This record gives sequence, C-alpha cells and structure tokens, in this order.
Amino acid sequence: MNLEIILHAGLATGTILLFAAIGEVFAERSGILNLGVEGMMLLGAMAGFSTSLATNNAWLGLLVAMLAGGILSLAHALVTINFQADQVVSGLSLTFLGTGLALVLGEGLTGQHPPTIPIVDIPLLSSIPFLGAVFFSEHSILVYVGYIFAPLTAFYINKTRPGMHLRAVGEKPSAADTLGISVYGVRYFYTFVGGMLAGLAGATISLSVSPGWYSTQTTSGQGWIAIGLVIFAQWNPMRAAFGGYLFGMLRRFILDLQGPALIFGMTNPLYVNSNYGFFLQMMPFILTIIALVWGSRAASRKRIGAPAALGVPYIRGERGL
Amino acid sequence: MNLPYTLIFEKRTEDYPKWLPAAVSIGSVVVAFIISGILLKIIGGEPLRVIKFFFTATFGSWAVFSDTMVKATPLILVGLACTVAFKMKLWNIGAEGQFYMGAFFASLVVLVPMVNLETTPKFLVIVLMMIMGMIGGAIWGFIPGILKAKYNVNEIIITLMLNYIALYWNNFWIFDKWSDAGFQMTPQFEKVAWLPRLSDLAREYRMFSGITLHLGVIIAIIAAAIIWWILERSRWGYEIKLIGDNPKAARYAGLNITKNIILVFMLSGALAGLAGMSEISGVVHRLQERISPGYGFTGIIIAWLAKLNPFTVILVSILFGALIVAGREIQPSGIAYLLQGIILFMVISSDVLLRYKIRLINLKPQEA
Repeated sequence: MNLEIILHAGLATGTILLFAAIGEVFAERSGILNLGVEGMMLLGAMAGFSTSLATNNAWLGLLVAMLAGGILSLAHALVTINFQADQVVSGLSLTFLGTGLALVLGEGLTGQHPPTIPIVDIPLLSSIPFLGAVFFSEHSILVYVGYIFAPLTAFYINKTRPGMHLRAVGEKPSAADTLGISVYGVRYFYTFVGGMLAGLAGATISLSVSPGWYSTQTTSGQGWIAIGLVIFAQWNPMRAAFGGYLFGMLRRFILDLQGPALIFGMTNPLYVNSNYGFFLQMMPFILTIIALVWGSRAASRKRIGAPAALGVPYIRGERGL
Repeated sequence: MNLPYTLIFEKRTEDYPKWLPAAVSIGSVVVAFIISGILLKIIGGEPLRVIKFFFTATFGSWAVFSDTMVKATPLILVGLACTVAFKMKLWNIGAEGQFYMGAFFASLVVLVPMVNLETTPKFLVIVLMMIMGMIGGAIWGFIPGILKAKYNVNEIIITLMLNYIALYWNNFWIFDKWSDAGFQMTPQFEKVAWLPRLSDLAREYRMFSGITLHLGVIIAIIAAAIIWWILERSRWGYEIKLIGDNPKAARYAGLNITKNIILVFMLSGALAGLAGMSEISGVVHRLQERISPGYGFTGIIIAWLAKLNPFTVILVSILFGALIVAGREIQPSGIAYLLQGIILFMVISSDVLLRYKIRLINLKPQEA
C-alpha cells in the first residue's frame, strides 16, 4: 500500500465517474432524469473499443463512443419529452437497450488489444515533488481533460447565458418558454450531451483506465454510482468531480487492502482468505448508500433540492411548473 | 421541408374505449417484436427462423410449456413485487437483490439447519422456508423503505446498490462457508426441502414424467390473488393508491405516509424474496451463483406491461418466461436484454395513444 499509488490510480478511476456524473448533471439540470447511464456507458465502452480496434485510432474510438452514447440517449429524449412517458421507466429501458446492444455488438471483442489513449507527463508540473507524481505524471490525457472539464462546466452552467437557459428550463420551464427559450430543444440538447459524456466515460474505461472489453463487467455498476454521485453532489459539477475522485481513491484503497500479508502489524484476514474480498467488493456500493444518505440530509438541512422540474414533462399551456 | 401532411396530437377529452389499453399494450409488444426482428436481420440473424423456434421451444409441447411455466413462476412473484411498490410510486429497482436475500434466508433453514430435517414433516420445512424467504426479502426492502421514509433518500439508487451488495453477500457464502467441495455452490438440499413437482407423480400418472412444473406456480398464483385483493378490495390498498396518486391529499386525509412507505417496501421485498425461495426450493435445490438471470429487472417490465394489474402480471410473466426459455438457446446472449429494452420502450411510448388522439391532417387546401 502506497499513498502515492492510491491517489494516482484514484484520479484515473475517478475520471470515469467524473465524466458520467457531469453528463447526468447536465441532463438533470434541464429537468430530464436519465437512469440509462449504465447502458450508455456500456455501449460507449463497446463502441469506442471496437472502433479503436477497427481503425487503429483511439481518438476516433472516443468520438464514436460519444456519438453512440448520445444517439442512444435520444431514444430517452423522444419518449420522455415528446411522449411524456415516465422518466424512471424510460431510463431503465435505456439501460436494457444499451446493455443488450453492447453485448450483441461486442460479441468476440474480449481479449483484443486496440490502441489506447496515450499516457503523458505534463512538463514542469510533473517535477513538483509528490504532487507532480500524483497529479501530473503518467496519466492518460483524459485525466488531464477531466481536471479542466469540471471547472469549465461549473462556469458554463452558472455564469454563461446558455447555462442560465439550462437552469431556467430545469427550474421553471413555463417561464423559460415565455422568454422564447425552446424547452424541448434545450432538453433534447442536454440529454444528448449527457449521453455523449456517458459514452465518453465508458470509453475512458475501455480505452484508458482498464483497457479491454469484459461485457457487463466493463462498467460493473459505475453508471449507477455516477447517478448516486449527482444527488450526493447536489447537482453541482465541482462537487460531482470531487466526489468522483474521492470514490476512485476509495475504490483503489479497498483493492489494495487485499495485497499485504500484514496490516497495521496484524495478520490481514483478506490475505489469508481471499473470499473475504467479497465484503470489500461491497464497499463502493455501501459507500454510495452512505454518501446518499448524508447528501440527502445535508440537502434538506440547507434546503437545496433537485431542479424543480426534474422528472416533470413540460406541456405548453398546462398547469404545472 | 414542407410535407403535405402533418401529425396532430390532440388531447383526449372523453374517456377512451375499454378495449383500447389492452389493444395498445398488445400492439406495442408486436411492434417491439417487429423492430427486434429488423435489428436481428441487420446484425445477420434470421428473424423468421428465430420466431418459429421461439414458439416450438416454448409452447410446442407439454414438456416445454412446463419449462415456460417454471420460468414464469419467479417472474410472477417478482412482477407482483414491483406492482405493489409502483402502485405507490415507490421505485423498487431492487427486486433482484431481494430475490437473492430471499434465497439466502430460505437456504438457512436447510444449511444451518434450523430444524431437524430427518424428523420434521415436509410441509413444515417448506412453510418455514417460505417464511424465511419472505423475511429475507422484507429486510432488504426495509432498508430503502426506512431511508426513503425518514430521510427522503432516493430509493432507486439505494435499491440498486443493495442488489450488488446482496450478490456479493451470497457469493461469500457459496464460495466460502457453504461451498460444496470447493465448487461455487452449496451442497444439494435434502429432498424434504424440495417443492413438490408434477414429475413426483410420474409413477401414478405416466403423462407427468419429466414435467418439472413445481408447486411454486400455485404459490405465485395465490399470491397474485392476495395482492389483487389487497390492492383492489382492502382499505390498505386504497391508502396505497391514494398515496401513490396524490401524496398531498393523502397527507391531508391523515394517512401515515412514513409507515406506509416502509410497509409497502417490505411487502414488495417479501414477494421478491418468496420468488427466490421458490426458485431454490423448486428448481435448483441449492444456493448457487446466477440463480437469477435478471428476474428482478424483468419484473419491472412485467409490472409496467401489466399496467400494475396482478392478474395481468400472470399472463405477461408467461410471455416473458417463454422469452427466457427461448433466449437460453438464442445467441448472442445480449439479445434477451435488447428485446426487453425494446418492449419496455414501446410500452411506455404507446401510453401516449391513451392520452392523445393522433390525427393525420392534410395541409393542402381541400379542392372542391
């Protein structure tokens, strides 16, 4: 167990959650709850992986992954925005659909080795003692993208005009409509953005953090954890990013616990009997529950709620939000 | 782009005819099958052969129909579990985990063992396993229930997380404590813990030989009747529906919402747990990995497709039982997920037909 390695690997795994969670922040801020993140991630992971395999170009893989996630999310947009179907059920069917498509199209991809996203050092910054080694060296380019992505998103949502439109549509669509903002247009757009980011998160796994295609094991529930993080982060992209990194580090720490024969001078039961590892594997899910409970209580104390129109279809001229 | 025609969505003002919901549901399933067929064709399959195979492999003879019903049994119970929760707009996505916890608790009866398996009558062992299964599922339903009721924590995420936790929990026991000679399963249960099967009667009635249909299907149908009675005829069912449809009105009416959330979650969990018990006692006869090929998730689709009607749940479960039986042999395995996703999408989008009339309007001025 080495703190430097835990932090370093945690940033990489956290990047996956960061992309997925911020994507979901976008969608939910516009009023669309998309529970299909796991399916979109899996489809993105498969699409990115197979594209990179076919074209020998990992960047093209990323692009296709984002498009795949985005296009899949449009099914959710159509059904929830135009047909005003229940967003929970639609999101779940999106998970089925994405998982099914990924498994069917991903048949036979296991064990292949396409090119992956390059790993680079940031000049100068990487030579800072400790911090340089943790934050700025030997990371996939996507990790560095993640660093700037969260603050950019926060700035976009809170300080720019389109960001204000996004918030307006999520909080009070009828008012936004009166101002001439296209409620349906905005919701379609950010559902698509959320889908693209989920696809990117999937490809971040399959082309960068743990390269490969392991069918449903590729994402292994991280899409759901990302949705949990959004609530924990109270729909704030910066908090979602920190939550993602924190989770990534905890995950890595938990994995590392199985390694040494001695922990704090005592025999490590996990080392003696690897079956105790099942309890460790539960930890990310238990931690998500704890984070959610804590986040919900903090939110209700501070009276921070979900976007007011989250999950509510907008029908012009009808009573409601 | 100027098309001469346009689609107009017109809000229905009058009630729709009684046959419409059923017609729309059946229609949407048919459309889902057609879309899946086209998809199958695109990826290089032979849809017509698959469909023919589907019917012979699932309804073609008594033996395969019995297989279909065996698969439908846990689906009915899990579908009912989702129905109860969804009636109150509680999103219990955790039937899968509750199923596994039910299976685990029911196994305790045999594996601890909780009773002397040599001397206790079969009837008592089975009833005890049913009760334990329901307790296991109810505990797993209690957790999201109390978190939702007391702290308003999103139950979707909690129930999903609990699914994974239940899986790992079961794995620990079958890999470690109860592993049968290092295999990832417990030893086979004593016969006394098996639900009676039709094939048990083969000596008296030759026609039953090889028919694996077990008592679980009767339990499931009785459960459906009880749930129907609770939801449609009892005071509690009325409260559940009122809270689901209009929580504000329910609060003003003085209903205890906190208590009802917890109780409904526990009932939902107990039904899913009973499904787990029925599966290990009626089919696999041991606790092992993958006793459920995603029954818990299929239950969500079933409940929705059945429009939350307990008796329709039975019919829809038979259809999905058939899908699972046929799906075991259709490659690649993802097709089953794909089909379920498409069906669910079609069903929820078709609801729009109940709320709106869709008209094709000719935009060109009518020529006299």
